[in-house]
Amino acid sequence: MKKSVFLGALTVAGLAAGVAAAGTLDDVKARGKLNCGVTTGLVGFAAPDANGHWEGFDVGVCRAVAAAVLGDKDAVEFVPTTGKTRFTALASGEIDMLARNTTWTFSRDVDLKFDFIGVNYYDGQGFMAPKALGVSSAKELDGATVCIQTGTTTELNLADFFRSNNISYEPVPIETNAEGQQQFLAGACDVYTTDASGLAATRATFENPGDYVVLPEIISKEPLGPLVRHGDNEWGDVVRWSLNALVAAEELGITSANIAELSAGTNNPEINRILGTEGTLGEMLGLDVDWAKRAIMAGGNYGELFEKNIGESTPIGLARGLNAQWTEGGLLYAPPFR
Amino acid sequence: MTTLTDPPKESFRLSMLIYDTRYRSMTIQVVALIGFMLLIGWLVNNTAQNLLDLGKEPSFSFLGEAAGYDINQRLVDYDNQNSHLRASFVGLLNTLLVAVMGCITATILGVIIGVLRLSKNWLISKLMTVYVETFRNVPVLLWIVFTMAILIETLPVPRSFKGVDVGAVVVTNRGIYVPEPLFSRSLGDIHLFGASSFRFDISLDLIAFLIALALGLFVRHKINQRAHRIQEETGIRPTTWYLSLAAVAVPVLVVLVTLGFYLGYPEFKGFNFRGGTHMRNSLIALWLALSLYTAAFIAENVRAGILAISKGQTEAAAALGLRSNRIMSLVILPQALRVIIPPLISQYLNLTKNSSLAIAVGYMDLTGTLMGITLNQTGRELETLLLGMLIYLLISLSISLVMNWYNNRVKLVER
Repeated sequence: MKKSVFLGALTVAGLAAGVAAAGTLDDVKARGKLNCGVTTGLVGFAAPDANGHWEGFDVGVCRAVAAAVLGDKDAVEFVPTTGKTRFTALASGEIDMLARNTTWTFSRDVDLKFDFIGVNYYDGQGFMAPKALGVSSAKELDGATVCIQTGTTTELNLADFFRSNNISYEPVPIETNAEGQQQFLAGACDVYTTDASGLAATRATFENPGDYVVLPEIISKEPLGPLVRHGDNEWGDVVRWSLNALVAAEELGITSANIAELSAGTNNPEINRILGTEGTLGEMLGLDVDWAKRAIMAGGNYGELFEKNIGESTPIGLARGLNAQWTEGGLLYAPPFR
Repeated sequence: MTTLTDPPKESFRLSMLIYDTRYRSMTIQVVALIGFMLLIGWLVNNTAQNLLDLGKEPSFSFLGEAAGYDINQRLVDYDNQNSHLRASFVGLLNTLLVAVMGCITATILGVIIGVLRLSKNWLISKLMTVYVETFRNVPVLLWIVFTMAILIETLPVPRSFKGVDVGAVVVTNRGIYVPEPLFSRSLGDIHLFGASSFRFDISLDLIAFLIALALGLFVRHKINQRAHRIQEETGIRPTTWYLSLAAVAVPVLVVLVTLGFYLGYPEFKGFNFRGGTHMRNSLIALWLALSLYTAAFIAENVRAGILAISKGQTEAAAALGLRSNRIMSLVILPQALRVIIPPLISQYLNLTKNSSLAIAVGYMDLTGTLMGITLNQTGRELETLLLGMLIYLLISLSISLVMNWYNNRVKLVER
């Protein structure tokens, strides 16, 4: 009798485990907290400040989703992941979404069974070298020692770049950005390579940023975006449209300053639909009418997030470049809200 | 008249499985075994089902795909167009390299420290105590990272040698460059295992050198035998050292000259030193840290082994007029070995397994290739980890096998 109870319990536990994987949206709502995977620390994108409060561009996306779903931009559990651990963390359900400057590639989307829900930063891989080295182009790097974060697409791009240019290099694999920084500054490697935005962010934390140059070559396309597990489309929609709301808000001129005023109702039906005064978009997502309003209020629209965390006024000083709205010659283009 | 009747034969009842002490323990074990098997079965089934739900049915076909990444330290030829299997093989050889180097160094250091800790010299024995206690009470990962930090931060960068006339050995924060043996009239290599992922080249020059050395040692052995014989017969041992020296040196020198032996020196070119043998900082850091850490444990084993030999042995040897270092090497250590070897096996296993911390300093071992980059690029967590665990298990079992064989040879034979 006791044995059968035990076996019964096992069976129930097994079934429950199978069911639990079904609806991430319901899980997050029930938990009251969003588990968001971020980097172990890359200033500007995701890093805890002096008080342990996470801040950054990727963090902003997590907070927007948390605000949309849970109504509280601080209801986020940030899970630091390395390049190696991030996919396992997402696949195993340890985190609900990953916002960790992760490149959207075919094999990650198709073979690793993830869904990239959009692009929040169009990037490319670059090289940083000390000025004293006297290098002006990445093609002069024959025989150089290159520090590289292991478990990233940059590792493969690097191999391709040196192979196609028929020059040699010595890779020094490192686990986190902090280790890479230590080795690079001590001169254990000649150049450090990662996404150009990451290089700018890393250089901003150096004591003498002026002593280092980012080489002009961008050797790859790195569309960085948040991702979720494949197969849970409801949850994927929520994250996708939370990001789209931020982008559309910038295009339509909705900012954290005027959002209260605009949500009283405007002449622009699209603004009204986003802010929930018209239509039932929130209901379709399984959320309430104010979801997008809260997402935008969490940290401002896309442009505000960019300027505050990585824009030209910050030490990182990235220009909008490809990440400008399509109306201004960039690639940001949110599908219509209707 | 009495009739003998057999006592009524007790028939087997089901309740005896629980109430009869003859069967009870068997019953409990069978039930426990069934429960255990069910648990394992459930775990395996659950994993397989979850993977199937994710659409990732277990498969090892990814091992044949092109790896796409580069590895800095390669003991065999490899480029990024080779398969993941080949990359794992390169990683495996790196693991074995650091494990073998570590075991040898740790043993030598451990024996010296263990003996010195028993020294009558107060300062030396206290220093060794401090060494043992510091090293074995701090996690090995910290020692590895610390050693690497020292190498990187304190040694000069290769660029600082620009235009400087360097000697044969260059020490930089990217590693140590030593001269490499080269042959102008090389015999080439033997290619083993054809074009498979486990292909392996063995230098014929090395084989020729080893044959010459073996030949020399054999002749020297014969010369010594002859000297023994003459000593037995006449009581006078002939002087043989110059013969012995010539017997070893001549064949080796002949081979080296025939093959055109010369040393390739490191030379600064572009960004780094070229030529010479490059021992990377990651290898040195990992090797040093693992050796120093494990040596502390081996030292304790050695000390225990020595203390296990009764004091009478030392006194008896001293009474025969042996000096104290000879007492140690001829009388005490050979006996202590019997106590030392079994715990030594587990220290070797520990060192080998600890080498999987290599990624902390960017050393590309099996964990860094198969269970690191390959895992990440292909997303096959379960398969790569199972394969990696299996390989580590095989390495460990091989070490145990060899060491147990050695232990059986040296242990006390009781009659």
